Amino acid sequence: MASLDPMDNRWRPWRLLAPALTAVFLLLVVPISFIIVYSFWLRTATGADIAGFHLDNWEEVLTDPFYRDIMVFTIWIAFATTVVCAVAGYIPAYFIATTQFKHKAFLLLLLMLPFWISYIIRTMSWINILGSSGIVNVALQWLGITDEPIQMLYNQWTVIVGLVHFLLPFMILNIYVSLYAIDRNLVDAARSLGCTGWQSFREVTLPLSVPGLAAGSLLCFVLAAGTYITPVVLGGPTDAMFANLVFDAIITQLNWPLGSALSLVLLILLGVLVAIYNRFAGLGQIAKSFG
Amino acid sequence: MTDHAVELKSVVKRYGDFTAVHDTNLGIPEGSFLTLLGPSGCGKTTTLRMIAGLTGITEGDILIKGRRVNDLPIHKRNLGIVFQNYALFPHRTVQQNVAFGLKYRNTPKDEAERRVREALELVQLPQMADRMPSQLSGGQQQRIALARAIVIQPDVLLLDEPLSALDANLREDMRIELKRIQHTLGITTVFVTHDQSEALAMSDRIVVMSAGHVEQVGSPEEVYNRPASEFVAGFLGNSNILSGKVMDIAGPVAKLELDGLGPVLAATDGVGRTLSTGETVKVSIRAEKLMLDGADPAGDDISTFPGTVTTVDYQGQVARYFLESGGLTLQAINTIDERPLQEGTETAIRIRARDCVVLPH
Ligand SMILES: Nc1ncnc2c1ncn2[C@@H]1O[C@H](COP(=O)(O)OP(=O)(O)OP(=O)(O)O)[C@@H](O)[C@H]1O
Ligand SMILES: [Mg+2]
Repeated sequence: MASLDPMDNRWRPWRLLAPALTAVFLLLVVPISFIIVYSFWLRTATGADIAGFHLDNWEEVLTDPFYRDIMVFTIWIAFATTVVCAVAGYIPAYFIATTQFKHKAFLLLLLMLPFWISYIIRTMSWINILGSSGIVNVALQWLGITDEPIQMLYNQWTVIVGLVHFLLPFMILNIYVSLYAIDRNLVDAARSLGCTGWQSFREVTLPLSVPGLAAGSLLCFVLAAGTYITPVVLGGPTDAMFANLVFDAIITQLNWPLGSALSLVLLILLGVLVAIYNRFAGLGQIAKSFG
Repeated sequence: MTDHAVELKSVVKRYGDFTAVHDTNLGIPEGSFLTLLGPSGCGKTTTLRMIAGLTGITEGDILIKGRRVNDLPIHKRNLGIVFQNYALFPHRTVQQNVAFGLKYRNTPKDEAERRVREALELVQLPQMADRMPSQLSGGQQQRIALARAIVIQPDVLLLDEPLSALDANLREDMRIELKRIQHTLGITTVFVTHDQSEALAMSDRIVVMSAGHVEQVGSPEEVYNRPASEFVAGFLGNSNILSGKVMDIAGPVAKLELDGLGPVLAATDGVGRTLSTGETVKVSIRAEKLMLDGADPAGDDISTFPGTVTTVDYQGQVARYFLESGGLTLQAINTIDERPLQEGTETAIRIRARDCVVLPH
């Protein structure tokens, strides 16, 4: 009876957490459990799935060089995107963090502006820029630099461009948060001890912004590695990434068991990455940039 | 003028239309401890940062060791700065923090190690070299910040309210400690504070500032006993500021007629000019120099008025009295022999001529 007493403090946290826990359970734990179970089923030539505990899907996914190559390609794209975001994002983040401009909130709002437009539309906009009748080609032809439109779209570089376009604000925000938290006096102290402006950046600002860089990088890498739309819209026929494989297996081939195993591989890979990051940096840093 | 380690010549600092520091001239003698004292927002930090090179100057010149440094970037000025919040590098050990400035002076490794050790011994924390700043208490961080600033043997040591983040007891210990270190090294020091007791206890010279102006420069005794303005008299300690008229002048002593109180003898040596009879002046009398019944001074330069105790603020060793006399409210702080005077007591108020200071304006 005691546990039903609304004033019983022992149950209070659980009661407060109940809606969230229910949502997590129904929307995350249950579907993932299904996928785990599915990944051990077997797909037959007739199209029917055989329930049971079969390692065939896992064996195929883990040994077939086709999947391995695409995994390597996915990691490469995510890595390249992250590096470009880190380098290109640091400068605006530094600017916003150190500017004397009174309306910093406005600058941060500008950073959020792209999110008001659908990700797919933003991705497609590159077709109007880099496509054969896009603005770059039209300009080049008009200037007489080329006669024929240059094929710039539909390769791994345009996939990276599209992903950077999408992920840059996340990176800037994360770096900004850690730069903003750095005490200006630290830089002044370094300067007074003999550092030039550049040296004090290297000695103080850069090392102290590493947590933000790391958090932004993790976010960019995970989001890039799981991307599905960008390679479809901006990649060539050979630029499929891992999420495209999952889509293909499940939606096109209706092979749920294989698709399940594939998606779990991606999940585990990214999960390991997050765990490593958490081991060294702590996930709290990412939460800061959303706070 | 080369015996001045730092010199400010007609220095002005403006932020847009706002003048943070007005035309300021200041010489800081080699090896001395100078304090910039004043209320919040009076321009102390701005002045210090201009000397440091952290803030540009709008007009005038700053000379360090006789050399004009207006356009010399901060990293070439060879100054030691201690910030109010310590500003230790959080990602470096204590050792690395203290050695930081030596690294940029290309000091050989073994010499650097020796000097870091000596600096840590000077601040009495030799065993902390391998700690991170986050593992130190506030007082310890303050000492490390000081060690980091002095290890480079700076031409001038600049301290911006270095003690204000410490709690009261520690603050008094550190104040003695800081003075000891400054004395040991004989280093020219500019110290910023809004705490008058800190300034009086530590300084060779005090610069009292108000609203971007220098109000007075002098030794602690001078600014305390011979305030040059109403502001200084009011800012340091508790003072009674009264106005009156000059009746007669006899050498360093003048006979005044104070509004409400009547005739009084007053010292004129702080005025810096000759007064003329009939002139209206202001005088400052420190609360602890107003002597009530129980303290009976002898001398022929004593003026006496009747007064009534209206409020008693008993503080154990001393009591602060508010008195009514001639329609004025006066403040007196007296040590107590046995028990304080009671409210409503009629008492005699006595003032020695040298404690009744005529203000220059
Ligand atoms: N960057 C700035 N832009 C505009 N005004 C400033 C700037 N820095 C300081 N001020 C103004 O200059 C005046 C003096 O500031 P300063 O920091 O020197 O005061 P302070 O005497 O050190 O006061 P505190 O005891 O509060 O530290 C203040 O009124 C302040 O508002
Ligand atoms: Mg200040």
